[in-house]
Amino acid sequence: MSCRSYASYYHYYLRPVAMLSELGPDSRSHDGCVFFSHRKIELYEMGWNLKEGLRNCQIAAAPYGGPIALLKEPQRSSPSARPQLEIYTSSGSPMASFMWKSGVVKQLGWTISDDLLCVQEDGTVLVYDLFGSFKRHFSMGNELVQSHVLEAKIFHSPYGTGIAVLSGAYRFILATNIEDIKLRRLPEVPGLQGVPSCWTVLSQDRQTKVLLATGADLYILDNTACTPVSPSGFSPQATNIIQVAGSFSYKYLALFTDSGHVWMGSANLKEKLCEVDTKMRTPPTQMAWCWRPKSQQPSVVIMWEKYLLVVGPCKDTIQYNLDNESVLVPELDSVRIISGTHHELLQEVPVVSEEIFKIASMAPGALLLEAHKEYEKESQKADEYLREIKEQDGLGEAVKQCVEAAGYEHEPETQKMLLRAASFGKCFLSNFRPEQFVSTCRDLRVLNAVRDYTVGIPLTLQQYKQMTVQVLIDRLVYRKLYPLAIEICRYLKIPEYQGVSRVLKHWACCKVQQKEEADEVIARMVSLKLGETAGISYSDIAARAYECGRTELAIKLLEFEPRSGEQVPLLLKMKRSQLALSKAIESGDTDLVYTVVTYLKNEMNRGDFFMTLRNQPIALSLYRQFCKHQEQDTLKDLYNQDDDHQELGNFYVRASYQEGRLDTRMSCLQNAMDEYNKAKNEFNAKATEEEMRLLRFQRRLEEEKGERMVGCSLQDTLHCLLIVGLHKQAEQLYKDFRVPDKRYWWLKLNALAEKEDWEEMEKFSKTKKSPIGYLPFVDVCIKHHNKYEARKYVSKVTPEQKVKAHIAVGDLEGAAEVAIERRNEGEISLVLSHCTATTDRTIVDRLNRTRATAGKK
Amino acid sequence: MAAHLSYGRVNLNILREAARKELREFLDKCAGSKAIVWDEYLTGPFGLIAQYSLLKEHEVEKMFTLKPGRLPAADVKNIIFFVRPKLELMDIIADNVASEDKLRTPRDFHVLFVPRRSLLCEQRLKEKGVLGSLINVDEYILDLIPYDGDLLSMESESAFRECYLENDQTSLYHTAKGLMTLQALYGTIPQIFGKGECARHVANMMLRMKREFAGCQTQILPVFDTLLLLDRNVDLLTPLATQLTYEGLIDEIYSINNGYVKLPPEKFAQKKQGEGEKDLPTEPKKLQLNSAEELYAEIRDKNFNAVGAALSKKAKIISAAFEERHNAKTVGEIKQFVSQLPHMQAARTSLANHTSVAELIKDITTSDAFFDNLTVEQEFMTGVDTDKANTYIEDCIARKDPLIKILRLVCMQSVCNNGLKQKVLDFYKREILQTYGFQHILTLNNLEKAGLLKLQTATRNNYPTIRKTLKLWMEDANEQVASHQFYVLQKAEYVPVCRPTSTGQQGENRITLVFFLGGVTYAEIAALRFLSQMEDGGTEYVIATTKLINGTSFIKSLMERLEVPP
Repeated sequence: MSCRSYASYYHYYLRPVAMLSELGPDSRSHDGCVFFSHRKIELYEMGWNLKEGLRNCQIAAAPYGGPIALLKEPQRSSPSARPQLEIYTSSGSPMASFMWKSGVVKQLGWTISDDLLCVQEDGTVLVYDLFGSFKRHFSMGNELVQSHVLEAKIFHSPYGTGIAVLSGAYRFILATNIEDIKLRRLPEVPGLQGVPSCWTVLSQDRQTKVLLATGADLYILDNTACTPVSPSGFSPQATNIIQVAGSFSYKYLALFTDSGHVWMGSANLKEKLCEVDTKMRTPPTQMAWCWRPKSQQPSVVIMWEKYLLVVGPCKDTIQYNLDNESVLVPELDSVRIISGTHHELLQEVPVVSEEIFKIASMAPGALLLEAHKEYEKESQKADEYLREIKEQDGLGEAVKQCVEAAGYEHEPETQKMLLRAASFGKCFLSNFRPEQFVSTCRDLRVLNAVRDYTVGIPLTLQQYKQMTVQVLIDRLVYRKLYPLAIEICRYLKIPEYQGVSRVLKHWACCKVQQKEEADEVIARMVSLKLGETAGISYSDIAARAYECGRTELAIKLLEFEPRSGEQVPLLLKMKRSQLALSKAIESGDTDLVYTVVTYLKNEMNRGDFFMTLRNQPIALSLYRQFCKHQEQDTLKDLYNQDDDHQELGNFYVRASYQEGRLDTRMSCLQNAMDEYNKAKNEFNAKATEEEMRLLRFQRRLEEEKGERMVGCSLQDTLHCLLIVGLHKQAEQLYKDFRVPDKRYWWLKLNALAEKEDWEEMEKFSKTKKSPIGYLPFVDVCIKHHNKYEARKYVSKVTPEQKVKAHIAVGDLEGAAEVAIERRNEGEISLVLSHCTATTDRTIVDRLNRTRATAGKK
Repeated sequence: MAAHLSYGRVNLNILREAARKELREFLDKCAGSKAIVWDEYLTGPFGLIAQYSLLKEHEVEKMFTLKPGRLPAADVKNIIFFVRPKLELMDIIADNVASEDKLRTPRDFHVLFVPRRSLLCEQRLKEKGVLGSLINVDEYILDLIPYDGDLLSMESESAFRECYLENDQTSLYHTAKGLMTLQALYGTIPQIFGKGECARHVANMMLRMKREFAGCQTQILPVFDTLLLLDRNVDLLTPLATQLTYEGLIDEIYSINNGYVKLPPEKFAQKKQGEGEKDLPTEPKKLQLNSAEELYAEIRDKNFNAVGAALSKKAKIISAAFEERHNAKTVGEIKQFVSQLPHMQAARTSLANHTSVAELIKDITTSDAFFDNLTVEQEFMTGVDTDKANTYIEDCIARKDPLIKILRLVCMQSVCNNGLKQKVLDFYKREILQTYGFQHILTLNNLEKAGLLKLQTATRNNYPTIRKTLKLWMEDANEQVASHQFYVLQKAEYVPVCRPTSTGQQGENRITLVFFLGGVTYAEIAALRFLSQMEDGGTEYVIATTKLINGTSFIKSLMERLEVPP
């Protein structure tokens, strides 16, 4: 087999300048751990033009390939000279630049949402956006105005972005989330009489703590206490701790002592990973962890002015020379190195990359890459390599390796080479799951787009996955890179409301702030671009326009909002209450209508308010309902305004029932009658009039006879009169109110039966021909258990009902006789159904005989 | 506990589970022990979503009924008010919170609005100065509650009155929202048909909401093919008529509430040997009625006349099954028999219960009063003398029968006659006012406003023509087969509407959701179930409504309650 060399692809595996410890020929270190290698990749040649490099300036670069802020000290040291604040992308493209006119800045830093924080000496923190626009400010505590901030650190935790400051009184003050400032003064450090030699913020067990070193002593400061600690297995020769660095996830800690030793271990200091002697006695300028999660090779990067050292538990160190003053930016899986001219990425070489690219590697991935290369050359060696992989049964693994390795590459050509090899290998596999390949291709396309010089977000695949697409899109939006953001959303097929819509909304919010353009133009542009895109909140955009003082534009934009409910609050805020009312009605949400109505009621005078309601029937009827339960008088006014006499009549009727005094009741009813008359509702007017008459009658009766009847219905009054024997009065009422004969007869019949006044009943039955017939007489008597009386009326019952009457009084024989006489099939059955076979034998036989003969006919 | 919900073609248990999940989430929001203060009206519907055990699991230790004054003592961390968004209830909450004993350990107050929070109510709480003391003010969106495998109801008792009388479309808004929730779970319904103004309004709101939610829809294959929205006032006749199905009659006579009916206990007394008759149960017998009970599912929609036969058939089958034990010879056979025993015993209990219920009902349906009433109803529907004052109604008024019965009949006559002549209408109204009291003048106004009672304006009554052309009335309907005579009335009008296309997959039934805005009766549900079962129908129906009603509750909802002052 020919020897393969990948020098051309391997070139950025910068060889260390020197190995501090001699390595054996098998490239294994003496203690047996795998040779640990790092690579430094050039990300960008910086686009900025810094005459002095990074000298004489404060610099802050945001993690995840974020923006870089520089605060340049003035050239001349005159008191009037001001520093210059500049903001760049990671590739050095300028985004903002302005003269710093505020106080002395002690620390710059970035928030997780790409806002720039400038911590001033007096404890004030100024917040700027990416483009240098001032957003807001807050203070880290009033005491700092006096005591001043000595040092400050900006840190990130699951709670957001936080700030820790060290005051002139050597006290630490902490804010864990700048979006929700709660200042915490940490306990005093006993005996601290100066600035600690080094300190850092740690986020552990949901608590934010400060770790500080004074000389050889280490302390942990939490909310309640200051605890002295000592790292496990810390060498006795260590004297002063002069640098400290926590890892990205706060799980690990590195300490650098003035004896040149580095202690690496867990952040709780209880586990030691290793201790390495760098043999460097000068204090380093910066120290940072460089460790890919899940990797077995933790390492720390330590920087001196011209010199970079990578150290790890293998006691191997790699050393790089630096041409320029640089700054380290720790990342989740690597460290970026920014200098005046270049931007580089230092990372541990991923295992799969090493396996593929290592010289003379026999890993399946390496062989597959070679096979594909030969295949492109149309050489039969391709087949040889493939066979070799297959012999190892490693084709699946090979494809996986190539895909994985592609994900670690920054150079599109290398990515393509690996992916093509993977794709080639895939052809010889059945049942290969394509997801990893497809998603890697997709992710790399997105990453290459944002890594581009013009965008300048040099994310690694791992960082991208950690930060999620959503956040990446947000970042692009903050940078106003709307087209790219939309492209990515569309390419990744992100649901519209999470993707494109969100981007467009931001675009529109930005657009409405462009003061130089006319309202119409902007409204048209916005609607044209956003159209009916799903999930667009036009009301948010309108709210932004309103905030910028563009009410007219806001109203125009609100017109596009499909959710009427969303339009209402803003319209009310803008005092467009009429419009708000129609929108509320349009939404169908009655609660919203009520809200606007209540608002209008408080805002307008009564007349205007009523007029407004009059034009909105739905709102009017809702308001009426409200008034019916809450404000009766208003209800009356509403009806009056509309000349709704029918409802006014009803209103007075209702009112009459809420009155205890009869006089007031009467006057209510009088009003009701008048209104009904006006409404031309003759029936109601008359009925009301009758009610009044009845009430008067009842009152008189009450006064004269002491019978309490006021409020009873006519029927009940009559019943009452009959029961107490006031027949004359009953008769009078019956005539006055033209009670139908039938009902009166029923009524009287029942009353008499109830009284068991059988004599009177009989008299009554003879007054004239009963309009209800005589069966009810029979029934009523039976109901009151008087069979004897009942029988008196049987003979008077009409022939059609006679059978029923006989049955009612229990005279089955009589019933049978009538039924037979009438030869009525139904009646015969009815009688039969009341007979019992044993006792009424003869009747049954007779009936059956008749039925039989009737049947024959 | 809710097996009956998953029997049908559409698994309505998904809806219930979603509701339960939301409830649990809210309860967990209020950490620690809790007591719930109930708006009493909500307890029934809530019972269909979650039993006490679920609440208990989430540290609900006490339950009270909402009433003014000081809250009962309870050693809990949280007090949660479960209320409808009604202003009068806000006043009670405010009262409760304000009179909380300041000396005791403070309790956290929360308000959960069902089915939706209301700014108006929050405003009221604010005015009363208690909004600030409430930790959580939240909403529990409970619009459509699953009642059975094919039945959803919002149990909003005043829906018809609000929509057709008061021009208040709140319940329609809730309907639209409820349908959106349903669509989120069961996919977007591709076709919407409707009849009536309210139906149009709901459909419009749904379209609007769809646009509002655009983009958030999950791509679920639609379960329902069609939504049919029906205004209750398109057919006012059916709810007025006495229902004659088994379930309908139970509801008419004993009224079914939230799936339960309370029955007089006498017939259910278990006569055990050695026990005298003396300790008859005095508590009403409470029965749960749904399709989980096999026998009930079988007979609920039958015309009552056919129920007896069905019950005796079932009795034979069950006793035959019990007789099987004599045939069981081998151990295996006995084992099999024993394994079926619980099921058989349940069937026997069920049979015994329904035999008792049927007896109770039979006592009523065989009475003269019931018969006379039914005769008049049928005369009206066949158009016999509908333009004259009816003597039966007159007699009923004279006897002072219950007012609701009178109103049902008068309204029915009016509907069947397309309004009453002035003379007849005034006569009835006068009779009612004189007999039952002047206060009912407002109720009569309401009935007129709702169109149940009206003056005949057209020169001709067109109801007979409609009846004949649409074959709404079936003479000699075979009661044993047709579950209810009036089903024709329902379907003749609507079936053509909901059979426009057949985009459904071949060989598979289409599913139509029929939504009755303003209420539906059990008889109408029975009619739709009957259609679902028709082999050549090709459509299955799931029924939804704002409220399960019958003639009595329907009329009652429209009445104006005025108390005569002392």
